[in-house]
Amino acid sequence: MLTKRIIPCLDIKNGRTVKGVNFIDLRDAGDPVELAKIYSDEGADELVFLDISATEERRKTLIDLVRKVAATINIPFTVGGGISSVSDVEALLQNGADKVSINTSAVKNPQLINDLAQKFGSQCVVVAIDAKQINGKWMVHLVGGKMPTELNLFDWAKEVEQRGAGEILFTSMDHDGTKNGFANEALATLSEIVNIPIIASGGAGNMQHFVDTFVEGKSDAALAASVFHFKEIEIKTLKKELKNNNIEVRI
Amino acid sequence: MKIVIINYGAGNIQSIMFAIERLGYKAVLSNNPDEIKAADKVIFPGVGEASCAMKMLQESGLDTLIPRLKQPVFGICLGMQLMCNFSEEGNTNGLGIFDVDVMKFTPKVKVPQMGWNQIYNLKSDLFKGIAENEYMYLVHSFYAPLCAETIATTNYELEYSSALENDNFYGAQFHPEKSGDIGEQILANFLKL
Repeated sequence: MLTKRIIPCLDIKNGRTVKGVNFIDLRDAGDPVELAKIYSDEGADELVFLDISATEERRKTLIDLVRKVAATINIPFTVGGGISSVSDVEALLQNGADKVSINTSAVKNPQLINDLAQKFGSQCVVVAIDAKQINGKWMVHLVGGKMPTELNLFDWAKEVEQRGAGEILFTSMDHDGTKNGFANEALATLSEIVNIPIIASGGAGNMQHFVDTFVEGKSDAALAASVFHFKEIEIKTLKKELKNNNIEVRI
Repeated sequence: MKIVIINYGAGNIQSIMFAIERLGYKAVLSNNPDEIKAADKVIFPGVGEASCAMKMLQESGLDTLIPRLKQPVFGICLGMQLMCNFSEEGNTNGLGIFDVDVMKFTPKVKVPQMGWNQIYNLKSDLFKGIAENEYMYLVHSFYAPLCAETIATTNYELEYSSALENDNFYGAQFHPEKSGDIGEQILANFLKL
């Protein structure tokens, strides 16, 4: 059976891991390549590298880093942040990235999704959507959640699927950082209205939250950062717990 | 050993290059017929859309060269699909190496299948030392049904061919270069054939 995926997310700034990490055996906790290797060895199913400063500073994602990661690890990885053109994506894929994640640039120029899907295939186009509830409606936000838009989450999700996105990475800003669990109701709705995989993001605090998002939220994958970086949850233990809950995982 | 990765403009070639390097070998990228013919092992990668990829093969004359190769040839993902008779993707005629037509998953399941799934009923030297039901990384919307040339089976919506073999030709729907240490072992097995 196709397994549910566990995806650690590494925030990158100037080629270094930003969020503090708690790996005592690391020589250099800020080295994304070394962290990537550790996660890969622990059983992460994929990795996401998010160049968090990229959109604001309009800086291009670091090609060198992508090459080093691709040379070191043997699991798939996605690169996001500041990607706004076909040539940006071409450079990342040529250097070993498997997928790219686009967010603000997809809203500003939806045709980019079509262009990328046509040129490189849907399988490498992840559309990241940040949203929060305003007056009971899930509204899409941009620039790392700072800029509200008029777009409704569910309408936008259907549109990106129709334009050729291969996957949706949905971050609930209402849940992100709370450690109170994922936005499972919205996630389950997303899974019903589109037929591409959904990655849940925002809110992971304990192992039960992952169980819940796979069962109640019908998510295909779950992404988290700090619970992994600070070793509050170890991927091996998490996967055993998921398996104990009859959730198919790769162990 | 001379390993050539066929470079026809489709595919995440860098990942395969790196995987081969991790195994201690070197590979060259080429679309030169003489260089491809002279190789000990040929890898035929591919991601993207079938009819576009086939057009690129035809433009470079590789569509007639590949089926005539005598050394071990390994098609990966779209590479494997293009080695089949036909693909529903863009109604594309393939290279006819594997006697099977590639079909699309129905909307009963999420399409593409994306992630790790098991391979079983393993039947080839390609899987020497590989246990049944290991997980491989797959990303695809189209599949080759089970057939006489099936050497590995995967279940998503239905049981289909996750690997094929015909004489010196091998194909994998999964990405050995992205499937952890077990995937690398399969790639190493191919290089030792």
